[in-house]
Amino acid sequence: MACPKTYQQGSTVKIMFIHVPAAMLAINTYALMAVASIIGLIRRHHVSFLVAKAAAPIGAAFTLVALITGAVWGQPMWGTWWVWDARLTAVLIMFFFYLGYMALWSAIDEPEKAQDLSAVVCLVGVIFAFLSRYAVQFWATLHQGSSLSIESGQRIDDTFRMPLYLCMIGFYLFFIALLLVRARTEIRLRRAQALRRREVPA
Amino acid sequence: MSFNDPYAVYVLSSYGATALILGWLLFATLGANTRARRALEEEE
Repeated sequence: MACPKTYQQGSTVKIMFIHVPAAMLAINTYALMAVASIIGLIRRHHVSFLVAKAAAPIGAAFTLVALITGAVWGQPMWGTWWVWDARLTAVLIMFFFYLGYMALWSAIDEPEKAQDLSAVVCLVGVIFAFLSRYAVQFWATLHQGSSLSIESGQRIDDTFRMPLYLCMIGFYLFFIALLLVRARTEIRLRRAQALRRREVPA
Repeated sequence: MSFNDPYAVYVLSSYGATALILGWLLFATLGANTRARRALEEEE
């Protein structure tokens, strides 16, 4: 909060410290889920599916944060809460894929079937995670390009870059802690379910 | 940032919404973990 204002954006630049890390995590969490789903589908490894399942609510929450903070930032800077810009639309559809993925897991009682179908849904949605990241490079959209980019060098002053890095580290540590707890929860639930089935044969 | 700042409401509402969502996520995660641990203990 001690960060200075910018001459163009005033104090709204402070929204960047939550919007950018949340958006990065929204996309990267989906990528993690996709990798875990592929590993699960190929290697038939239950823990991979459970890691993807554990990551979904975290990714959905970060996507929601990115959407809300983006809308609140957009209103004073763009003059509108929302536009059907390529990046914004891709992130919104990715959010719906998160919801659909979680709904599918909940809707199917049989874990083997649920994990396979939800993994397929996750892989279908990868295109929107990819577009969420690269839409600004493919099309001239209202949303600005990447503030942090290895290819284009430094595009943001250290006064803002360092606190942004600090916030990103904080968000990533929070994500890792939540993912570990949620993965352990899912493994426990699966084990309890297996024990219950062993006790009561169908 | 002072409360005379015309953008204060936008910045504070962004931070507030984020705190609410992430706080709820943390609360839900810890609650689910506790319930799962109890469920497993009962089965074992």
